[in-house]
Amino acid sequence: MENLTPVSATLGGALIGLSAVMLMGLKGRIAGISGVFSGAVFAEPGDRGWRAAFVLGLVLAPVIYLALGGPAIAFELEANWPLVIVGGLLVGFGTRLGSGCTSGHGVCGLSRLSSRSMVSVALFMLAGMATASLIKPVFGG
Amino acid sequence: MIARHIAAFVTGLVFGLGLVISQMVNPAKVLAFLDILGGWDPSLAFVMAAALAVTAVGYRIVWQRRSPVFAETFQLPGHQTVDARLATGAVLFGIGWGLVGLCPGPAITAVSIGGLPVIGFVAAMAAGMALFELYERMRRVRAPA
Repeated sequence: MENLTPVSATLGGALIGLSAVMLMGLKGRIAGISGVFSGAVFAEPGDRGWRAAFVLGLVLAPVIYLALGGPAIAFELEANWPLVIVGGLLVGFGTRLGSGCTSGHGVCGLSRLSSRSMVSVALFMLAGMATASLIKPVFGG
Repeated sequence: MIARHIAAFVTGLVFGLGLVISQMVNPAKVLAFLDILGGWDPSLAFVMAAALAVTAVGYRIVWQRRSPVFAETFQLPGHQTVDARLATGAVLFGIGWGLVGLCPGPAITAVSIGGLPVIGFVAAMAAGMALFELYERMRRVRAPA
């Protein structure tokens, strides 16, 4: 537990919550990133613009953070190319089939006490933990 | 039109800054939470708890209004049925998340700092979503509503 960063985690989490509240207050929508991102391409044409603007905000966040003088952003991705591609496909298909991801079910759904979101979060946490815990012994990462 | 796009951009920016500040944009940090057999790092639970607390209170304040600023109604998922699709999707997503340490928000946010592998991940994720759209269309053709 020596790597725990409770202050930055709580502050960052509060900003994520603030964004979810903003999207509800402004657009009346759930801030589920898989749904917002997918809809930027696959939603009705009139429903795409705000999604693209939201996604652009996400992409530019690290750039603006660094421009404002934020400290260097740690980034370590250990997975090799086959794992990156398989993982991306599973995340894309799975989040659409299951109607949401960490944000839509995890943050927005749980805060609404949605029973679907409770089941979803329990299952993707368990699957994620089982996979991440077993992958090192199996793939020798 | 412009105002609502700027509002959506700022909302996405705040979300992304939250991911950067909480370090959830870093796959190694996320995997340190998911890998319970290594030196476990519970930071992700703090991120979730803080996000949940703000959202739970904030939603209830916002819902006091008759309508959102830029829309006519609040659009909330109505159905509450837990079905096989929900469960299967969650498990597939969880496996992909555990393999790489990226879920949709951090993956998109990290495009500007993570180089080619992150762009590859987001492209594969988009392909997975396109496969889902295809799967839905085939299902609809087979069993018209």
